[in-house]
Amino acid sequence: MARFLVPLGFIVLVVFLGIGLTLDPKEIPSPFINKPAPAFSLPSLQNAEIKIQPEDYKGQVWLLNVWATWCVACRAEHQMLVEISRQNVVPIIGLNYKDESALAIRWLQQLGNPYKTVAVDADGRVAIDYGVYGAPETFIIDKKGIIRYKHIGPITPQAWQQKILPLVQQLNGEAG
Amino acid sequence: MKYCSHLLAVFLMLLFMTSASAKIESLEFANPQMEKDYLQLVQELRCLVCQNQNLADSNAELAQDLRHQVYEMLNKGSSRKEIVDYMVARYGDFVMYKPPVKSTTYLLWFGPLVLLVLAIIVVFMFMRKQKKDTAEVSQQAQEKAHHLLDD
Repeated sequence: MARFLVPLGFIVLVVFLGIGLTLDPKEIPSPFINKPAPAFSLPSLQNAEIKIQPEDYKGQVWLLNVWATWCVACRAEHQMLVEISRQNVVPIIGLNYKDESALAIRWLQQLGNPYKTVAVDADGRVAIDYGVYGAPETFIIDKKGIIRYKHIGPITPQAWQQKILPLVQQLNGEAG
Repeated sequence: MKYCSHLLAVFLMLLFMTSASAKIESLEFANPQMEKDYLQLVQELRCLVCQNQNLADSNAELAQDLRHQVYEMLNKGSSRKEIVDYMVARYGDFVMYKPPVKSTTYLLWFGPLVLLVLAIIVVFMFMRKQKKDTAEVSQQAQEKAHHLLDD
């Protein structure tokens, strides 16, 4: 019996460690999936008098991308966002998280502006409402204003091709 | 001896350094109960950026913001449960150091117990086998002894 149990125990250990290695502890499942995107009303980066609200985008699929100029990974992601905006398949709304607006404006001038509009979340309150714990994070929101997916970390070409774009296309096919 | 006093000086310096950094956030509480609730909450809630620290220990910016949020909610009269619910609604169960007992966490809660039971079963089986072995050996030895005596 012991001859049996020792290799069995070893195999169980290997399987568990194997599963553990393929998981990313930084990716915390979001409780917002399939829940309505929390409401907010924030000034636009370009014009503080214009208020941006999620309701403005009801009826279309859109991405909410949380970014900041102090966020190194956001810089890595930026070129991909510009690329996505050129494809013109889904509008990207920026949420400028705890940033200085002057720096953010300069960043967009220098690196290109992939955003349809950018909401300024200066104190990070809205990001807390969205359960953001790092930047960049990207929410995919459907026509009814429901969060359907959250991408943590920079959007890579693979993530865009394999996950985000197919989902956007699927959601575009759903009734509004 | 001189070395000793230097060491003591460094030790004292470190002591004051920690107390100084702990005082950076000086919060005023309306009553001792509120302070107790605050301290307990920031102990129990996890910092999501640094994962293995709670809100109280972490200097990450998000942790500071969330501490501030806890403080403000307490000031507005929110109960402990309301604050925990607020955090869980945004960050999921992961934000709690003590996860709730539900179907997805059964393995976490009862896994160790299952392992213990398994271990006890294995130990019992092992012990029974050993006893049987010694019994067999002694029987053989007895037969051999009889044999020898008969001769």
